[in-house]
Amino acid sequence: MRRAALIAVPYFWLLVLFLVPFIIVFKISLSDAALAIPPYTPTLRDGIAAMFAEFDFENFVFLTEDDLYWKAYLSSLRIALLSTFLTLLVGYPIAYGMARAPEEWRPTLMMLVILPFWTSFLIRVYAWMGILSNEGLLNQLLIWLGLIGEPLQMLNTNFAVYVGIVYTYLPFMILPIYAALDRMDGSLIEAAEDLGCSRLQAFWLVTIPLSRNGIIAGSFLVFIPALGEFVIPSLLGGSGTLMIGKVLWEEFFNNRDWPVASAVAVILLLILVIPIVLFQRNQQKQAEAEQ
Amino acid sequence: MRRLSWFNVTSLTLGFAFLYLPMVILIIYSFNASKLVTVWAGFSTRWYGELIQNEAFLDAAWVTLKVAVISSTLATVLGTMAAYTLVRGGRFFGRTLFSGMIYAPLVMPEVITGLSLLLLFIGIGLDRGVLTIVLAHTTFSMCYVSVVVSSRLISFDRSLEEAALDLGASPFDAFRLVTLPIIAPAVISGWLLAFTLSLDDLVIASFTAGPSATTLPIKIFSAVRLGVSPEINALSTIMIAIVTVGVLTASLVSKRASLRQQQDAQAAERATG
Repeated sequence: MRRAALIAVPYFWLLVLFLVPFIIVFKISLSDAALAIPPYTPTLRDGIAAMFAEFDFENFVFLTEDDLYWKAYLSSLRIALLSTFLTLLVGYPIAYGMARAPEEWRPTLMMLVILPFWTSFLIRVYAWMGILSNEGLLNQLLIWLGLIGEPLQMLNTNFAVYVGIVYTYLPFMILPIYAALDRMDGSLIEAAEDLGCSRLQAFWLVTIPLSRNGIIAGSFLVFIPALGEFVIPSLLGGSGTLMIGKVLWEEFFNNRDWPVASAVAVILLLILVIPIVLFQRNQQKQAEAEQ
Repeated sequence: MRRLSWFNVTSLTLGFAFLYLPMVILIIYSFNASKLVTVWAGFSTRWYGELIQNEAFLDAAWVTLKVAVISSTLATVLGTMAAYTLVRGGRFFGRTLFSGMIYAPLVMPEVITGLSLLLLFIGIGLDRGVLTIVLAHTTFSMCYVSVVVSSRLISFDRSLEEAALDLGASPFDAFRLVTLPIIAPAVISGWLLAFTLSLDDLVIASFTAGPSATTLPIKIFSAVRLGVSPEINALSTIMIAIVTVGVLTASLVSKRASLRQQQDAQAAERATG
């Protein structure tokens, strides 16, 4: 009896507050916009039969016809991919340095990587606004160094979005790579060097392949949230920065077009299913390999 | 024979500079006397004074704190139950769906979670306010708690629980007296995680908050959309300070607890051996 209650409470909670809302989004994405409150025509009212009769894919057709949405999806994918790659480039040397640091430093270094993760995401993004703006510190520095004469427009560009994503998601990249490198047997590198590899070759042929799982896990952990990101493009990006999270927000809050916002959500989810399934597989394989 | 090369030292230095400089700059500029956030005009605590008098921010901070405490506590209870069910519950009807619902919110874009919950609340005619934010935050953070707690449950020795049951404890007593003290560190870190997730959340709160309740991140977001402001710098500094002190304390406490656990285990081994 107790066991049933133990299962039922969290189960029921998630059914009502996670699964049902999801079905509602799906349903509304198939209904018509109306100038009413709530601003859509309910399609489920007359039972299942009526539901199927009234389903229309108008909103999805609308999404394919208006090239704003295509562009937003493609541009989100591009931004997420490129910034994942940049995060890897920045994060790998840090993780590598941590793994080679003396044993007694490592807990402190770990702590230093994790600490920003506990700090408000919004504040970390906001911190860059003051640095990247036209009168900001970076422009002041570059002018003082004599590298540029006029301030560069950095804030409200895609460049700022890349900086923001790399900065905020860096710990997600560092930690799994560090975990993989930490497990690595140092004598393998020695063996490679004894057998005539240069240090760079040993790194490329031994270290990188052995940290592959960390690289893959870190990349997914950056790519998946970056794809649906809203805060970074809306604070650091400009009007030209198209990201699907921002489009959904604007459809919903500014245009009040709920059905289209829901349709955008459904498609974003479909796009995310692929990387999520791949990530799960990778994690499972890794768990099995460890056993 | 690992040794740090120059390359390692440089990448660590640059890496941590990159991670910390933006926040250090933010903190320094929160003590700037000038209204112009990029021009240094001497040291001043003026913006902290103005912040304390800003009632809109104080109200929002109070709502945020209330929501965070209630939702993280609820999430910890629900998440621990869910973890226990998943790890120890054996087979039951719809187990796959259940574990799917636990893991899915972790990777779900916040805009989708927020949108879907809002549509639910409107559908059932629930007025948006503190309650709806609490429900929303509890739902996504219970999944994080459950992941943290289940990793601890998987790693601990099940025979301890069985011993308690054999010695006549009821399943509830066995949980309360044996399991809970062992998983307590994970439950506490789950609570802390849920608490910070709730404090931090902008997107889901924006969808589920009504005019009667605004949280601090929503307030900060609408202020910084217009540009950098010295008051927000001061507010950010306070928040960074609280988090830093909290995380450092928590790590010291857990370090001491694990040290004591080791000592206890050694003592027990000596006693039985």
